[in-house]
Amino acid sequence: MIKIDINKKLHGASGDMDLSLNLSIKDNEFVALSGKSGSGKTTLLRILAGLEESDGVIEVDGEVWQNSKRSLPPQKRRIGFVFQDYALFPNMSVLENLLYVVKDRQLAERLLEITELRALKNRFPNSLSGGQKQRVSLCRAMMNRPKLLLMDEPLSALDTQMRMKLQREIKLLHKEFGTTTVLVSHDASEIYRLASRVVILDSGRVVNDGTPKDVLLKTSGSQKFSFEGELLDIIQVDVIYIAIISIAQQLVEVVVSSEESKQLKIGQKVSVSTKAFTPIINQ
Amino acid sequence: MVEILQTLDFTPFILSFKLAGLTTAILFTLGMPLAWYLSQTKSKSKPVLEAITALPIVLPPSVLGFYILWALSINSPIGMFFEETFGVKLVFNFTGLVIASCFYSLPFMVQPLQSGFESINKNMLEASYISGKSKFQTIMKVALPNIKPAVITAVIVTFAHTIGEFGVVLMVGGSIPGETKVASVAIYEFVEIMDYESAHVYSGIMVFISFTVLLSVYIFNAKHNKKVGSFS
Repeated sequence: MIKIDINKKLHGASGDMDLSLNLSIKDNEFVALSGKSGSGKTTLLRILAGLEESDGVIEVDGEVWQNSKRSLPPQKRRIGFVFQDYALFPNMSVLENLLYVVKDRQLAERLLEITELRALKNRFPNSLSGGQKQRVSLCRAMMNRPKLLLMDEPLSALDTQMRMKLQREIKLLHKEFGTTTVLVSHDASEIYRLASRVVILDSGRVVNDGTPKDVLLKTSGSQKFSFEGELLDIIQVDVIYIAIISIAQQLVEVVVSSEESKQLKIGQKVSVSTKAFTPIINQ
Repeated sequence: MVEILQTLDFTPFILSFKLAGLTTAILFTLGMPLAWYLSQTKSKSKPVLEAITALPIVLPPSVLGFYILWALSINSPIGMFFEETFGVKLVFNFTGLVIASCFYSLPFMVQPLQSGFESINKNMLEASYISGKSKFQTIMKVALPNIKPAVITAVIVTFAHTIGEFGVVLMVGGSIPGETKVASVAIYEFVEIMDYESAHVYSGIMVFISFTVLLSVYIFNAKHNKKVGSFS
């Protein structure tokens, strides 16, 4: 059980704001942290890691990591941290990167086995691909059997295929070790696949907290499909109007009436939804 | 030419190398923590410390030499303390030269190391702290091995700069053969007594050594950059 009750003044790009959070995280829980950039996600992670100071209390399994009197340094917190830019040690081989944390060869070999990196264990980080580097970084974060695993947008620099592969491995590791995890992510499918709970931050405060299904599914009422997109153009074809909307990097056409076409503004964020039809999924 | 080389007194060169070696070793030990502190601190006193560290580059060696001479001499509290407590004199001997050289060459050790430390990805250092490693372990096992070119540059340039020292050495050490008469001082004396032949030979040797040292630094750094690339 992790109890977090912290305050910190932040001087962000959009002016000053108060990061003020009161959260508790259950053992083995996989929490995704989402929200606009500058909402305080990374700062929360860094405060949990002891890399940044804040006022308030952090308690992990009854052990005080931080209160008004003292703050445990990052060295003593037993956490794992996966950075977006991997932050591997270039002067050490893959295996050495892992053993640097704890000299537990058995655990290192097991982690490399799970992430299919055994063949690369003597290679140096500079000769690895982005996906491989991030897997090494993930293994390294697990080496001290952390009480809390923190991941700061670990997959955002990778392509879709590599992301899916790593998501599977993160899931596998979470199953095997049951480590309480906080993941910063913007990717709804990633959050859905991995997390059991999602917390949305805005301007330093929790604005939504629940299961990924409750928080992320955009449908309401009897709607079956709902997508958010950007209105790119409205074209008149004979007597009808066609709106061209970009949804998740795909363009779709939607027929609109002439009144609707007058109300819509090009460049606007719109939601496209439908009720009565049976969708067909093709492979 | 061969005759001259055979009869050449190498003592000043040996003295120069001994002085440079000791100075480099001491400065590496003392300069590294200072460089680390300067690279990591957000303190407001950082510019002040940086300016003090860089002073020996811009000050005339005579100014530096004068202050060191004054501070180490028996007329100052420091000099008196050493004389009375340890019975050690700090001026016009080799010990005094080493102390003076440490001040004179300080920026040449600290500045490359500092910019090396500053170039390291901060996340990498934090990853090491999170792995449970102290600052000292992080410096030794993560920071230093990843800034090898900066370390080599700092060490070699400090060494070479100390070999090339003249003004400060002359003021603090004088010219006692076998004790404080280093190569640069010896050359000065040859010129003074118009022994141009010896001055030529000594100077030639100095140019050759300095060039070789610098060339090897540049070759090493070029090779290293090619091999490692810019690290991430």
